[in-house]
Amino acid sequence: MLPEPLLELICPAGSLPALKAAVDHGADGVYLGLKDNTNARNFSGLNFDEKSLAEGIRYAQAKGRKVLMALNTYPQPATLSRWHAAVDKATELGVDAVILADPGLMAYANRTHPDLRLHLSVQGSATSYEAVNFYRERFGIRRAVLPRVLSLPQVENVIRNTEAEIELFGFGGLCVMVEGRCLLSSYACGDSPNTFGACSPGHAVRWQQTDKGMETRLNGILIDRYADNEKAGYPTLCKGRFEVQGDTYYALEEPTSLNTLEMLPEMHRLGVAAIKIEGRQRSPAYVAQVTQVWRAAIDAVKKSAATFAVQPAWHAQLDKISEGSMHTLGAYYRPWK
Amino acid sequence: MEMMKLSLGPLLYYWSREDTLAFYGEAAGWPVDIIYLGETVCSRRHLIRVQDWLDLAATLADTGKEVVLSSQTLIESESDLKMLRKLVGQGRFKVEANEFGAVRLCAEAKLPFVAGPTLNVYNPETLAMLSESGAVRWVPPVEMPRDMIAAMPVPENVETEVFAYGRLPLAFSARCFTARHYNLQKDDCQFKCLEHPDGLTLRTREAQDFLTLNGIQTQSGKVHSLAHRYADLDGSKVDVLRLSPQLRHMGRVVEVFRQLADGALNAKDAPGRLDRLIPGQPYDGY
Repeated sequence: MLPEPLLELICPAGSLPALKAAVDHGADGVYLGLKDNTNARNFSGLNFDEKSLAEGIRYAQAKGRKVLMALNTYPQPATLSRWHAAVDKATELGVDAVILADPGLMAYANRTHPDLRLHLSVQGSATSYEAVNFYRERFGIRRAVLPRVLSLPQVENVIRNTEAEIELFGFGGLCVMVEGRCLLSSYACGDSPNTFGACSPGHAVRWQQTDKGMETRLNGILIDRYADNEKAGYPTLCKGRFEVQGDTYYALEEPTSLNTLEMLPEMHRLGVAAIKIEGRQRSPAYVAQVTQVWRAAIDAVKKSAATFAVQPAWHAQLDKISEGSMHTLGAYYRPWK
Repeated sequence: MEMMKLSLGPLLYYWSREDTLAFYGEAAGWPVDIIYLGETVCSRRHLIRVQDWLDLAATLADTGKEVVLSSQTLIESESDLKMLRKLVGQGRFKVEANEFGAVRLCAEAKLPFVAGPTLNVYNPETLAMLSESGAVRWVPPVEMPRDMIAAMPVPENVETEVFAYGRLPLAFSARCFTARHYNLQKDDCQFKCLEHPDGLTLRTREAQDFLTLNGIQTQSGKVHSLAHRYADLDGSKVDVLRLSPQLRHMGRVVEVFRQLADGALNAKDAPGRLDRLIPGQPYDGY
């Protein structure tokens, strides 16, 4: 007998105002990170120091919401102590769970803080129940966030074969590569999500108006070139246009984002524990809007999955903040692959 | 310094059955110490099945090679797990574990394994945990710089193997980029990878070779070669150099590395010998 599915709403908090926006608009939990490379959104101007973290935890927990702290990059020998200190700090300040990818760091957390709740980060790249159960048996992880690579029947197979809770990405930016298995940014500019905590980092980006159009470069490599009537996008390197055998096109992935609202009843039926909203780099206003829509949608599903229908107003609200970008169901819908 | 060993890494591309069997027929005579066998990229590649790999393993082991069976990197379905269980269940050869499901199965079966490059081993605590679980060798992530590998405390009885030659495997996806190039869905890919035995070159819009598409895998555009930096390996803790298969001239590439390892070839002469054998531009990596 499966436990009653939780279907929590987990929202991004890149700053204290974003955290408050998420809590105020109905998130069951927020996830956040420190201002350094101990987490996978290491962008300048984002994230928390000790003071804002303490205040954020107070604010969320006073309203009965959870704070999950991402420490989901891979520590290296020379700087291991910084990751350890971050786990200690998270425990001291009373976060509800830490989200980890590195088994060594999990071993440290188990040894030092046996009661600390562990979630397996999407950066841990666990895509099967055998992998999830490895972390469960060795380190007692309570929840795993699955990479955005499985179809819904494959997700179901994972859920049926593990006692760990399963969290899925529901909305926001979409990695076309398996999280934790992508070194493209490292190859292009030396900084990878695994170690530096950011993909296609801002310091490597150049925008340049030329005779041929607006060019976007990453460490000198031309990622895309835009005609005057095209809107230039950020040069995330898997979302550029490249040439393969004479064709120039989005060879890896169009600049689309994930939106799985219509799959909510199915996710609920499968026993998904939580839906994660991507976007710690987004503004508090964005977080507020997305949280509001997803809160309404999850409440509707829980009330009656059979009569659930995506409200046009939800789409309108989400389209407004995603700047008209295209949406996809990603791998959950098999033909996308 | 102990003698540097050479390994032939798992075949990353999809070749015809004849080409694949001919390649390993020749490899039996090459001066490599270790041969990795198995499909690590895509479960749809079926011209050589698990049983064929096992038969090939037995044949190569008889010639005195150490044989390791490499596991699929991205596990998605129950049939992927079935193949993985078969790989681990054979019980005779080591397995290269390329994700943590394989680690779990190897540890459970008490089968010695190689911790593959996609396990993301970046620190001693993770490596020690793998060693206690049965790892006898580790392959650092291909992005790990030389100095970091040198600084890594490695448990006794664990060897260090680095990716030394070939296009770097950089990323894996649920999506097939070769099928996408032909406007096909992955489930109906018509096995287009067969037409690209060294991958499909992706260039920037100013014609710079940037990446290589190989089904669901993305590789570097350039061919990584530690031969071009061989002198830097002095004093490193590297025990094994991994050479990644390419369709043509592989035997001659192996020969250059063998001579380097034996001190029979001066490091500064290696690039000249190798450049004519490389399908693309060389790159000396991290």
